[in-house]
Amino acid sequence: MSNQLTKADVARKKQKNPDSLLSALQNGGPVVWLSCLIMGLGNIAAGQIVKGIIFLAIEIVFFAFMFMQGGGISNLSMLPSLGDRPMQEVWNDEEGIYEYVMGDQSLLILLFGVATVFAIGLFIVLWRASVRSGYKALCIKKAGKKPWSFIKDIKELFDSNIHKFLMLVPFGGILVFTIVPLVYMICMAFTDYSTINDKLILFDWVGLDNFKQLFQSGGAIAGQFWDVLGWTLVWAFFATFLNFFLGTFVALIINRPTTHFKGLWRTIFSLTIAIPQFVSLLLINSMFRENGIVNSLFQQWGWIDTALPFLTKTNWARTFVIVVNLWVGIPYTIMQVTGILQNIPSDLYEAARIDGANAVQQFMNITLPYMIFVLTPYIISSFTGNINNFNVIYLLTGGGPNPELQSAGKTDLLVTWLFKLTMNEQKYNLGAVIGILTFVILAVVSLVTYRSSGSYKDEEGFK
Amino acid sequence: MAKKSTGSIRAQRLTVDIIVHTILIIMAVIWLIPFVYIAAQSFRGGVNLGMFSSTFFPKVWTFDNYIKLFTDTTSLDFFGMFKNTFIIACCTCCISTFVVLAVSYCMSRLKWKMRKPYMNMSMVIGLFPGFMSMVAIYYLLKTMGLTEGPMIPVALIVCYTSGCGMGFHVMKGYMDTIPKALDEAAYLDGATKWQTFIRITLPLCKPMIVYQIITSFMGPWCDFVMAKLIVGAEAKYYTVAIGLWRMLEKEFVGNWFTRFCSGSVLIAIPISILYIITQRFYQEAMSGSVKG
Repeated sequence: MSNQLTKADVARKKQKNPDSLLSALQNGGPVVWLSCLIMGLGNIAAGQIVKGIIFLAIEIVFFAFMFMQGGGISNLSMLPSLGDRPMQEVWNDEEGIYEYVMGDQSLLILLFGVATVFAIGLFIVLWRASVRSGYKALCIKKAGKKPWSFIKDIKELFDSNIHKFLMLVPFGGILVFTIVPLVYMICMAFTDYSTINDKLILFDWVGLDNFKQLFQSGGAIAGQFWDVLGWTLVWAFFATFLNFFLGTFVALIINRPTTHFKGLWRTIFSLTIAIPQFVSLLLINSMFRENGIVNSLFQQWGWIDTALPFLTKTNWARTFVIVVNLWVGIPYTIMQVTGILQNIPSDLYEAARIDGANAVQQFMNITLPYMIFVLTPYIISSFTGNINNFNVIYLLTGGGPNPELQSAGKTDLLVTWLFKLTMNEQKYNLGAVIGILTFVILAVVSLVTYRSSGSYKDEEGFK
Repeated sequence: MAKKSTGSIRAQRLTVDIIVHTILIIMAVIWLIPFVYIAAQSFRGGVNLGMFSSTFFPKVWTFDNYIKLFTDTTSLDFFGMFKNTFIIACCTCCISTFVVLAVSYCMSRLKWKMRKPYMNMSMVIGLFPGFMSMVAIYYLLKTMGLTEGPMIPVALIVCYTSGCGMGFHVMKGYMDTIPKALDEAAYLDGATKWQTFIRITLPLCKPMIVYQIITSFMGPWCDFVMAKLIVGAEAKYYTVAIGLWRMLEKEFVGNWFTRFCSGSVLIAIPISILYIITQRFYQEAMSGSVKG
């Protein structure tokens, strides 16, 4: 890595003072210690007035937020109980009616609590930066040099510190709209926020109860969970490998030297990718319904007497989604494999031909090993992608057929069941548990495979 | 003898050719059936405009569905939806293209302390099912006051762009192929990193930028889950995807199925064209950044 640093980088690195927080606290004088309480003091003392004032302003805003009415402190103090005042009816004497007084809303308490925890974390990072920056500026001043002016700081934001400038917006977006919601939903898995016992407004922490419910043998939810998990894995296996082998087969026969109209075939197959899935899959769903066009045509032609239960019988529906997924997935494989086939060095084949290898031998000994080598990461990611394949299942069958009194349908994957649990049934806690378990499954699959693959260990190997 | 064997090889090859082409034709027909069906249904006229017709091709051909789609705006305003989606897609594509470029540049060209942790973080987050945090995002946007009235498009733009800082892999892979020597030459000439980014790296990424622009432009046209959750019942702010989805719901499908087909055709044509363009640029990009 070091050989990739430019000379300028190296020079800058040498200039840098040893300015960790620890050394700042050990070696810094009273001003640095005081700047732990009053942020920005070190910078102001060293002459970096604007920077110091910005740090101070951040501190003031943070503490104002923490101590104001309904601010940080009150959010945190409500977090352990998640609120306990229910909505109340109060008799209003003047108007002669009952008025509703808002009680606590656990949902918002949890949300604000999580947000406050993140705000505190962010503040600690800034606090650490301010102490270090003050110490560094004082050291430079002590050495008789002038610390960076504010304008210089701004200029460096476009040069040596450009990563701070460029990453600010992207990372902020991820923090607020991905990480905070994710942590919030993970917390949800440890509460009883669901329609059961009417816990939609006020709910409590319940520890690991939801997980227990899911793994309890004989429980109603547990049975559905194992059923769905089993089908998810079966689905992911078939969807990945059938697509891969059939797609490779089609790509190979398109790629044969004597096959005509190569471009035409590829365009036709890529149409499936180009057209939004919710259009094509909803349409296929309507074609295969009990009175859809497929059944009615088959009946007109006299092939069948009663409608085929494509979507209403478990095994029919499961086969149906796997087959339709071939229609969706083969084009993707064709696209991937075509690119790779064109990259196989042609001298390998020439050498094989000179040695007298026939087409089958060439395929088994050159094409196949090469493809498997290059495509292993693709197969893994399509396996994990299929575990999370929401569109195909949701649009084709909606998870159905649905057995009575069960929330999980017979073709539901973990993701679609999660979606149903949260959106339709409002059992948010169970949805969150399923989300966490999906994560665990995916993490295990990818850790085992990615970690052992060359591309992870040696990210920059090809340079 | 020798002649005979080449002849039999030729005959063998011809049989294989015929088999291969037959397989391809059959497959192509299967692949095209749904698209032919939807195009045919979009011209279906007559009394029954619902989902179920007994013939593959319509008995009565008409152009009415397309006309009505734009003129009958009392319950679902297709042109309005088109406009909404177009605006959202344009904003999304500007923001996310810049964000992806910035993040990829930081990941590929700069060495900084949090680089590897950031990449690991984005990998771990990617393993959580996206639908899990959807409800939380909705409440977050609601407390910010973005889920009502004219702020709805803003909320959707925020949704589509907030996560794009994690979609840097393809672009980073491309930037990795640009020789580092170019950057170093620029530094020696006194360029700052910002100038190097704008003047050296970005122009070399052109094919990949086009790819990125088009893919992020297409996103909002295809998303129906998040959009449905955020827009809710406010028909004025429907995007095309929700609109088409609504047309298949019970209250509409009886009269709107053929119009759903024509709407789908109208959306599918531009998106397919864009997609084919993307593929051209993608292939160009994959063949390397600096040629010769």
